[in-house]
Amino acid sequence: MSATNLLVLDGLLVISLVGLAWAALAGSDARRSVILFMAFGLVLAAAWVRLLAPDVALAEAAIGSGLAGALLLAAVQEQPRQPLAARTASNSNPNKPGLSVALQLAVSVLCAALAGTLAWALAHAFNSAPQNALPRAVSSNLEASGVSNPVTAVLLNFRAYDTLLELAVLLTAVLGIFALGPARPGYQAAGPVFDGLARWLVPVLILTAGYLLWVGAHAPGGAFQAGATLAAASVVLRLAGRHQIGLPQGRALRIVMAGGVGTFVLIGLGLLVTGRPFLGYPPAWAGGLILMIESAATLAIAATLVLAFLGGQPRPLAVRVTCGNTSATPGPTGKPASPEGMRGAELRAAEVCNRIPETQKRC
Amino acid sequence: MIDVLSGLLVLAGVGFYLAGSIGLLRLPDLYSRLHALTKADNLGLGLLTAGLALHSQELLTVLKLLLIWLAVLSASAASAHLIARYARRQETKS
Repeated sequence: MSATNLLVLDGLLVISLVGLAWAALAGSDARRSVILFMAFGLVLAAAWVRLLAPDVALAEAAIGSGLAGALLLAAVQEQPRQPLAARTASNSNPNKPGLSVALQLAVSVLCAALAGTLAWALAHAFNSAPQNALPRAVSSNLEASGVSNPVTAVLLNFRAYDTLLELAVLLTAVLGIFALGPARPGYQAAGPVFDGLARWLVPVLILTAGYLLWVGAHAPGGAFQAGATLAAASVVLRLAGRHQIGLPQGRALRIVMAGGVGTFVLIGLGLLVTGRPFLGYPPAWAGGLILMIESAATLAIAATLVLAFLGGQPRPLAVRVTCGNTSATPGPTGKPASPEGMRGAELRAAEVCNRIPETQKRC
Repeated sequence: MIDVLSGLLVLAGVGFYLAGSIGLLRLPDLYSRLHALTKADNLGLGLLTAGLALHSQELLTVLKLLLIWLAVLSASAASAHLIARYARRQETKS
């Protein structure tokens, strides 16, 4: 493709980005804004591809557009739909007419100041430093990093500290989610079409997550993309009305949640004991250590994202079984006695607590 | 020869996308808009991937393109069904 064609494509991308962002912010319907935001994320992913950053594009498409979109849609669903008139009335409070305008002005000025500072910093960086010093430093040390994908080398080796702290931020966030109390109730069992889609989509997503984790060593991919894909599998299962969505229970869940930071810190400390700097891997071991950290991080990130979608602590399975059993009149094995009773029980259970024990739904 | 064929397939695919987008904007109600959209997703993307597959050198790329098409195909079919069913339930409710 010629340079002019690409320029046209880039221009179209920029125009759609700004247009979508504006439409998402200016709209008054929250659901519409969320859907526009998801479209914005997809176009942004395409823009990252054009900037030759496929790793970021993958993360943006999976987390920024897909999972954040699902999260926001679920949040919109939770909120009672406010009529437009009521919302605009509460916005322009008659008692303090100047407040909202002043607030808008303040936000605009702050945003403009932030954008200006960032632009200045970017211009400064381009003008002062030799531009390819960092890429050259990375590529000359790539041999010793244990991986051949420069992005993974930076994230998990040269700047492993940053990634460790990022995982710590995620762990803190998930602790905050746990503090919100029990998760929202699940959804009704999906119809045959969505259930059929989920049946083959979930295995493909899990497989893709494993592939992204493995391929991160030498091509775009890695823990964040793999974790987001794994979380997407759980989200699909939850949307399909399952309540066993692959999330471990109780203590196992806590171990998985802390596993990312835990593995990172333990490996770092282990290296300290052997006389190397914290997270300064010996080149011979670097590949294996990075894979270990990334595997644990994938699970931790996936658990974090799923818990964010759940919006609280997952309810223990035992509660659900009791919930189903109270209306299902189970046989001695805990399963309903007859198929007819099962169907009725299924419907009643769905009415009573909106969740059906997996054993009954299977029948 | 392959270039011409591939170009024709891509052009046909783009045509379906164009028709689907116009349909989305111009058609009167949700169901006919969905009908227009799914044509773009299914046939448009199918022709596009067929055109691109002709250009690719490796079998693996062709398989990846096929997988993408199949994934989008089933996802768009399922979501069109879900949207239409939701709209229909809202209609019967009111």
